[in-house]
Amino acid sequence: MMVELDKLVTSIPGFDHIAQGGLPRGRTTLVSGTAGTAKTVFACQFLIEGIVRHEETGVFVTFEESVDDIRNNMLGFGWDIRQWEAEGKWLFVDASRGAEETIFAGDYDFDALIARISHCVDQIGATRVSIDSLAAIFTIFPNSQTVRNELFRIGAALKEMSVTTIMTAERTDEYGSVARFGIEEFVADNVVILRNVLDEEKRRRTVEILKFRGAMHRKGEFPFTIIPGQGIVVIPLSALELKQRSSTVRITSGNPALDAMCGGGFFRDSVILVSGATGTGKTLVSTMFIAGGIQNGERCMLFAFEESRDQLFRNATGWGYDFETMESEGKLRVHCVYPEVAGLEDHLLEIRRLIDEFKPDRVAIDSLSALERISTIKSFREFVLGLTSYIKHEEIAGLFTATTPSLLGGESTTEAHISTITDSIILLRYVEIYGEMRRGITVLKMRGSMHDKEIREFRIDLHGMHIGRAFRDVSGILSGTFMYIQPNEIDRMRSLFDGDEP
Amino acid sequence: MVSRKIGAKRHYMNEQVILTLYVAGLNPRSERAINNLRQLEGDYLAGRAVVSIVDVLQRPERAESARIIATPTLVREQPRPERRIIGDLSDKETVLKALNIGEIGSL
Repeated sequence: MMVELDKLVTSIPGFDHIAQGGLPRGRTTLVSGTAGTAKTVFACQFLIEGIVRHEETGVFVTFEESVDDIRNNMLGFGWDIRQWEAEGKWLFVDASRGAEETIFAGDYDFDALIARISHCVDQIGATRVSIDSLAAIFTIFPNSQTVRNELFRIGAALKEMSVTTIMTAERTDEYGSVARFGIEEFVADNVVILRNVLDEEKRRRTVEILKFRGAMHRKGEFPFTIIPGQGIVVIPLSALELKQRSSTVRITSGNPALDAMCGGGFFRDSVILVSGATGTGKTLVSTMFIAGGIQNGERCMLFAFEESRDQLFRNATGWGYDFETMESEGKLRVHCVYPEVAGLEDHLLEIRRLIDEFKPDRVAIDSLSALERISTIKSFREFVLGLTSYIKHEEIAGLFTATTPSLLGGESTTEAHISTITDSIILLRYVEIYGEMRRGITVLKMRGSMHDKEIREFRIDLHGMHIGRAFRDVSGILSGTFMYIQPNEIDRMRSLFDGDEP
Repeated sequence: MVSRKIGAKRHYMNEQVILTLYVAGLNPRSERAINNLRQLEGDYLAGRAVVSIVDVLQRPERAESARIIATPTLVREQPRPERRIIGDLSDKETVLKALNIGEIGSL
């Protein structure tokens, strides 16, 4: 087995998850990115989280921005660096270019810089150092080879000081070489890449750990967002481990007949996807799910991305459910959000925050397809993964709805991307029978349980959903290509498979 | 106030010059810089220069307040404006030109 290197918990939200514990302690990590990828924020936050969460002090070496600019820019995140400086928790090493003229005449080294960093580290007993950014050094000092050698020596000196260091570097392409000036050659042990990519007209920030020498980390790009008051928040998504045990406790779907179809109800910590065309009753299923929970004394939360609050409450009332009272009694919380107001990453964080705050037993989202509109396929899948693993982690039952694009049959794109992530899938379909539109419901998948395989007809009236008998003389409902079968044919087919029924 | 030669080429011939050389310990590079500076002082600045040498390993706070990154660095503090010359000063022509304290032709 590989011996894991000691790691320093950065406490940059979500980052330690993908770094599997943090940054290699006592080492230097190169954080590289193109312009505008939040390298300076990362470098600052690295020190700030140390100060705020671990009582670790930090030294910030700036080559690019002036000390005052950094202090002012970080105020926007609610970070008052001046205060930490006054408390002796933060020291600047100002290596930014001054106004004075500089001329080069002969050999030089960076011993003065090393002496200054070392002096500052000693002065406040710093454990974290950020150097921002290496690219600027190369523009100040003309001889790149000398600078490279000297940076290598700085790296060695920092190791000697036993501090954990972040050096930021500039790159020109999102998917090109690690950094300009061949920087990766001398601080190559640990590399983190920050990206800000335009993907299908949407900005997407991601962080990727390219390598940690001798240490484990998660592979691939993880989305992150930047929030005032919090800074960088990495969304670990699939990194959230699904180590909670699956519950065998059943909960009601809010409709006894649907419970029966599912073999006795949903599982308590499962995620259910309800897919169907517009008007097939998806909102009703989520309403039943919520009402059923509240009836059993559970706390429920509904996120609506398609309908307004008024509309939603009116619908519920129309089916005989009183959301108003449920909410005033503190058992229900309904959040209506317009999908376009934020990026998916921000929606996810907001949903998580609200769930954290309310601590519901059930969460319904109506509908996921509305969110799909505002994102790329990749980030949508990541979003659903992140959400699913989060609510499973919190042992919450989740019900998501998805809209199919065509009225008859077909599958929703949402469904295609997330069906493997969910535990159960319920399909709602329009069924045409001799010129009349009816509705059908079937449980397509029920992880860990037997379930009714039939497609049953259901009606919607003032008292909600009524599930009836299975469609016997129609086939091709799921695909939307109906075929009517003569009753004697059905009997013949049944006799063929006699005894197969469980 | 010292008098100053007025002309197109201002050479501070009679003005006081304050120079500070920052070095990092006594390594060969530091010694080269110090020797080059001494020679320059003897040749061009006799009697009108105040030269001090700061070892940044001993006095890191001096390097901090002067914002020195590279060593050796020679800072011309007077006359203003401030100028900085980075390196071991082996390129004498550049040093003289940068300090603006002597006729280059007299080298």
